[in-house]
Order: sequence, then structure tokens, then C-alpha cells
Amino acid sequence: MMRRLIYLLPVLAFAGIAGWFWQGLAPERDPTLVPSAMIDKPVPEFDLPPLEAGKPGLKSAELKGQVTLINFFASWCVPCRAEHPLLLTLAKDKRLQLDGIAYKNKPEDTAAYLAELGNPYARVALDQPGRTAIDFGVYGVPESYLIDRDGRIRFRQVGPLTEDVIEGKLKPLIAELTK
Amino acid sequence: MIVEFGHFALVLALVVAFVQAVVPLWGAQQNDARLMGLARPAAMAQLLCILIAFGALMQAYIVSDFSVAAVARNSNSLQPLIYRMAGLWGNHEGSLLLWVAILAIYGAAVAAFGDNLPPRLQARVLAVQATIALGFLAFMLFTSNPFARLDPAPADGAELNPILQDPGLAFHPPTLYLGYVGLSMAFSFAVAALLEGRVDAAWARWVRPWTLAAWTCLTFGIGAGSWWAYHTLGWGGWWFWDPVENASFMPWLTATALLHSAIVVEKRDALKGWTILLAILAFALSLIGTFLVRSGVITSVHAFASDPTRGVFILALLIFYIGGALVLFAWRAPALKPGGLFAPVSREGALLINNLLLVSAAATVFLGTLYPLFLDVAGGGSVSVGGPYYNATFLPIVLPLIALAAIGPFLSWKRADLPGVLARLKLALAAAILASILGWWLNRGGPLLALLGAALAGWLFVAAASEFAGRARLFTAGALGRLRRLPRAAYGMTFAHAGLAIAILGMTGSSAWKQEDIRVLRPGESATIAGYSYRLDSVGPVEGPNYHATRAQFTFIRDGEAIAVLTPEKRFYPVAATTTTQAAIHVSRLADLYAVIGEPDGKGGWTVRVYHEPLVPLIWGGILLMAAGGVVSLSDRRYRVGAPLRARGAEAVLR
Repeated sequence: MMRRLIYLLPVLAFAGIAGWFWQGLAPERDPTLVPSAMIDKPVPEFDLPPLEAGKPGLKSAELKGQVTLINFFASWCVPCRAEHPLLLTLAKDKRLQLDGIAYKNKPEDTAAYLAELGNPYARVALDQPGRTAIDFGVYGVPESYLIDRDGRIRFRQVGPLTEDVIEGKLKPLIAELTK
Repeated sequence: MIVEFGHFALVLALVVAFVQAVVPLWGAQQNDARLMGLARPAAMAQLLCILIAFGALMQAYIVSDFSVAAVARNSNSLQPLIYRMAGLWGNHEGSLLLWVAILAIYGAAVAAFGDNLPPRLQARVLAVQATIALGFLAFMLFTSNPFARLDPAPADGAELNPILQDPGLAFHPPTLYLGYVGLSMAFSFAVAALLEGRVDAAWARWVRPWTLAAWTCLTFGIGAGSWWAYHTLGWGGWWFWDPVENASFMPWLTATALLHSAIVVEKRDALKGWTILLAILAFALSLIGTFLVRSGVITSVHAFASDPTRGVFILALLIFYIGGALVLFAWRAPALKPGGLFAPVSREGALLINNLLLVSAAATVFLGTLYPLFLDVAGGGSVSVGGPYYNATFLPIVLPLIALAAIGPFLSWKRADLPGVLARLKLALAAAILASILGWWLNRGGPLLALLGAALAGWLFVAAASEFAGRARLFTAGALGRLRRLPRAAYGMTFAHAGLAIAILGMTGSSAWKQEDIRVLRPGESATIAGYSYRLDSVGPVEGPNYHATRAQFTFIRDGEAIAVLTPEKRFYPVAATTTTQAAIHVSRLADLYAVIGEPDGKGGWTVRVYHEPLVPLIWGGILLMAAGGVVSLSDRRYRVGAPLRARGAEAVLR
């Protein structure tokens, strides 16, 4: 009997996977609705080194006083490339400070990536061990957090920012926060 | 008119596939030789129909018939002929037609060359093949008709995605599909064996050449895709752990496992259930790859324009084929006679470990590929786990696998003498130590992982060579004659293992010792990289057939002597409004000099990126050698001779 059960395992595993696939196809799926435990909480404490020596790094203490968008990215991440042009446009928004945290990325790779695609970030910090990302609860890159003047996380985007998210959610929220 | 004829041929193929799927299967059940006999002509007719459809669509692309919707969307009259032709499979509909065409080629090959198969097994194999064709033909005709007309027809087409306008498109998709779809043969043989309720050494011998052919094509196709990405994406990388790359890599890992486990079935009559499962899984992973690329569930640089109804249709096919085969497996496999027990130190024991490691490696890649999807379903967006995940999970599994690949071939069946084998590996050990010292000395240090990579490459290469030398007793009298009598499969294994070693050295070199230089240069200025100095001679416009390009010219100088002129381009395709990068590459002293031209800085300077990629040419060389091993092994005499005794036995039963 046990022997028979082992032979059933593959088909059961496949049934589970097929179920996930089915859900993945659901048309009403909205990937931008991310319940995050971190919303409205202060940003976790962190103090990260800068990409280039001599430039400022990024500390949680420095986030107060202006609205900041922190973008986790990496040179090995394909969706980040897709998101990048939008970040370059977003960087022109004077109400907002756009900071980047390079997640598990060698400094030279990050530098090459930004040299190739352009650098939208006011500050670029390195999170090579990925500890700060864990504190934020980052699922994977790219991922972005909007932080208000009091240093609280107000919005989280898992996956690349899109035109719709920026216009429909991010900009109204920035307008509200900078009132 | 020709287009309608092609469409009709495709419908006819569907009908033929239906007959081929049902009648021979019924015949095999009823033991009716006439009904079973229908399988072979049906397979031939199916190939003919699909080739007509393929030819009709090809004609529409060649003459730029923009009244065909797929042609209008993916082709343009200004495109060079080769890209108009290869454009056929540069999109969802056409690539599906290529998919079913290759499926039909394999089916017809079983019909034509399967004389040594027992008729009942052959009938069942062909019926399963036709069932697969049936699903995909229906999918194509109902959701993705490549022959759909457009009225009114546009004056010109929208152009093939410029990134695809590369010689790589001409041979990467066809070889990859030959591999992907070729695994359907192993699947069909597995399902037929489950229906038959018998798996034996003869079965393993019949299924192996098909798996080997698919594996060889897949190896070549993955290598070609990697080379394409390397020279066209302009990031100087050759593997990105992109979901679609993984979609081809998972079946490759599983097929590699299958190739090894089929040997155990053939020689020792053991691991039968496992081998059947692997055959199902290998094809299941190719189907899942197809699903991922075409349904839009995952974001990838390769993804086709997607459509949810297509996703649901493919998922239904997936559930029917994979789910059906696995249910059949759960039902019939327990009845297979279990094989003998293994001694832990033996050839079969080593092959079992090989299988466990390969399947675990495939599982880690599977998790990494699907984690973003699972997360997405659970409420996250599409994220990438990328390189760090794979370095942490995939490498620890693969490194011991490579180390064992050197030892395995020395072990004898049933019970091996480990101390004796290790004594024969002294030379390989010396090579491993030498390779890591050499790596350390040449690069003044270097990451530990790179030294380990170099050591493993040296270890595996020398072990493969000395195993071969030992088998042929190369350094004693009469070696030439023994070399000629050595089975081709032995040559194949040596080539494949040595090729793997060479490729690993290349991967190690490029990952660890790559140098890059990014700067702004004005024409006439120079910079240095890895002991070369390079000068940006000029930057100027060049006109292509359907693009405007900016071409830079670099001269590379070593020891005061000009050794290469590189001319990378940046191309702008006005119809598609897309820019592509054409890297220029020169191979020198086993390293690639790789140059890319970027944007102007507005002050007369240009951003240039130059890479020195040591050992990278070895990656492609190693992969080619592995594929060559597959070809050589395929020509082994035992596959042509087959197992005549058993075939005669089966025929006797039928009469």
C-alpha cells in the first residue's frame, strides 16, 4: 500500500502546480494590491554604504523631512530593466526624492548598470548582504517603497512600477503627502 | 490561394492526427494487426500535411503577403530575405507551426526507422504522438491560426522585433524545438510502455536514441541561444537565469538524468519506474516551458504577446498530457517488476546519485523560475530572484555532480573497487590541483569558487581522457585496432564529459575574471583593459537595409602592435522604433575582447563599454563538443541492430 502511495506523489504534486497555474491565469488578478505588514509603520533602521566612495550613503534617519521613493534593484534583474525608463522620468519630479538600493549586487555591476541605462537616483546605496531588504520585507527585485516626511512607509510596489501605478496611485499619494 | 491551401492542410493534419491517435491504440488493445498497421502511413500523411502548411506559410513570408495577419504583424518588405523566412517562427503562431512540424518529423521518423520495434509498441508510440499533435493542432487552429487573413491588407508590415533580427534566429529556435519536442518521443515511449505494462532492457535500448537525439539538439539549441544573448544583448553575459532560459534548461537537466538512468535499465534491468517517470517529467517540463512563454503568467525578455484564452487552452493541454501520464504512472508503474538491489559503490549506484543530483538541480531551477509566479498568485507582483538565488542553491548541487562525473565511468557494474578506482584518478587529481594553482597564479588570487571551478574542470577533463585511454589501452601495441573497435557510445561519453569540463572552465573564467571598462571617449582617445590598449578611431553613421546605425571603430593594441579592429554598432529600426546593440567581438588568446558603443555625451564624446572575457570561447567550444558526443553516440551500432530476438518474439505473439 505504501508503495502505491509513493507512485501517486508525482500526480498529486502536479495537481498542486496546475492549481497555481490556474490561479495565475485568473483575469481579475491584480498584482498591485499588496497587503504589507509594513504600511504606515516607520521604515526599519538601516545605514547602508554608498555605491561610490565619498558620496552619501543611505540611512533611515535621513529619510525624514521629504517624501522619498526607495527602489530596490539589481543589475541581474530583468524586470528592473523594464522599469528603468519610468524611474528616469520619475526622477524629474521635484516633489520626490528617488533613492536606489542595489540588492545583492556587486558595486562594479551596479555602476555598469547605471552607466548603461542612466542613473535616476539621488542616492545609490548598496545592500550586498541583503539584510536591509529582509527588514523591509522585500520579496524580490524590483520593489519600491514610498516614504512620507515622518519616515513612515505609505505605499509598496512589489515588482516593476508601471505607468498605471505611477499615474493612478503613486502621483496622487505624492500630491497628498506634499500638501 | 496558397495560404488557404496551407490552412486546409493544417485542418487535414488535425483529422489525420485524430485517426492516428485512436485507431492504432484500439488496434493494440484488440491485437488487430491491420488497425495497428494504420499508424505508420498516418504518421507519414500527417508529416506531409504539416509540411504543406509550413511551406504555404513560408511562401507568404517570402513574398511578403500582408493579407495574412501574422505576416503583417511580424514582417516587413524591407527585411532581408533570411529574416523574412526566420520571421516565420519569431512569433507565437508561426513558432507553434514549427513545433507541430517537428513533432510530425519525429513521428514520421519512428514510422520510417522503427522496423526493429515490436508492432504493438510502435502503434502505441505513434498513437501517443498523434494525441500530442492533436492537442497542439487544435490549439493552433482555434486560438492562434497562423493563416488568419487581414482585410483590408496593409501596404506594409509592422516588422519583426528588431532584437530577433539576428542570425541566431535562424538556428536557435529550430534546434531548441528539435530538442524540446524530441523529448515527446521519450514521453510517448514511456506512456506506451505503461499501457503495455512492460519495461525491459529492449525498451531502454529503443528509447535511448530518441532521447539522445533530443538531448543533442537541446544542448546545441541552448548553447546557440546563450551565444546569441551574449553577442546581441550587449551586457557581456551569456546566461541570465531568465524564466525562458530556465524553461529550456530544466528539460535539459531532466533529459540528462534520463540518458543516464536508461543505461541502468538497459544493463541492469533496474530503476524502471524511475526512468519512466523521468521520461514523463522531461517532456512535462518542456510543455510547462511552452505554457510559461505563451500564457503571459511570467514576465520575461522572451515572452510572446499573450492572451488569457490561450493560457487556459495550454493549461488544459498540460493537465491532459502531464496529468494523464502521471495518473497512468500511478496506476501502472507499481506493477513493474522491481529490479535488483544496488551496491552503493558501483556504476549503477553512481548513476543513481547522478540522477538524484540532476533532478534536485532541476527542482531548484523550477522553484526559482516559478517562485515569482507563486508569489504573484499569492498577491505579489512579478519579481526576479536572479543570480544570487541560483548561486546559493544550484551551484552546491552541481559542483559535487561534476566531481562525481569524473569517477562514475571508472566504476564497474554491480560492485566496484573504490580504492582501485581512486588510484587510477591520481592523474586527474594532479590536474585539478595544477588547474587551481594556475588559475591562482595567472590572476594573482581570485575568488575561491573560481579556483574550485578550474580544479573541477581539470579533474573532469583529465579523468575523462584517462578513462578513455585506459579503456583503449592507448599506450600499448594494437591500440589503433582497439580504438576502431571501441563502441561509438564510449567515444560519445568521453566527448560529452570532456566538453562539460571545457565549458565549465569557460564559465568559471568569464564569471570570475571578467574585466570591464566603461568610460566616455572622444574619437582618437585611448584607454586600457587587461593589458591591451584600445583606441576609439571614429564614430559614424551607416545605413542598413531596414535600419540606421551608428558604427564605432576601435583598434586594440598589445605590445605596440595592432591586433584587432572592432566595429560595434547601435542600430535604430524606424518601423519598429527600436534600438538594438551589436557588440563586436574578437577572440584573442582564449579570451574575448568585447566592445559596445553607447550614447553620445553631447560634447563630442561617446560612452563605450569594453569587456575582457577570459575563457568565454571555451563555453561554446565545450557545448559543441558535448553535442558532438551526442551525435557520435547516436551512431553506435547497437541502436541500428536493435534487439531482434525480442522483436521476433513479439511478432509471434501477434500471429
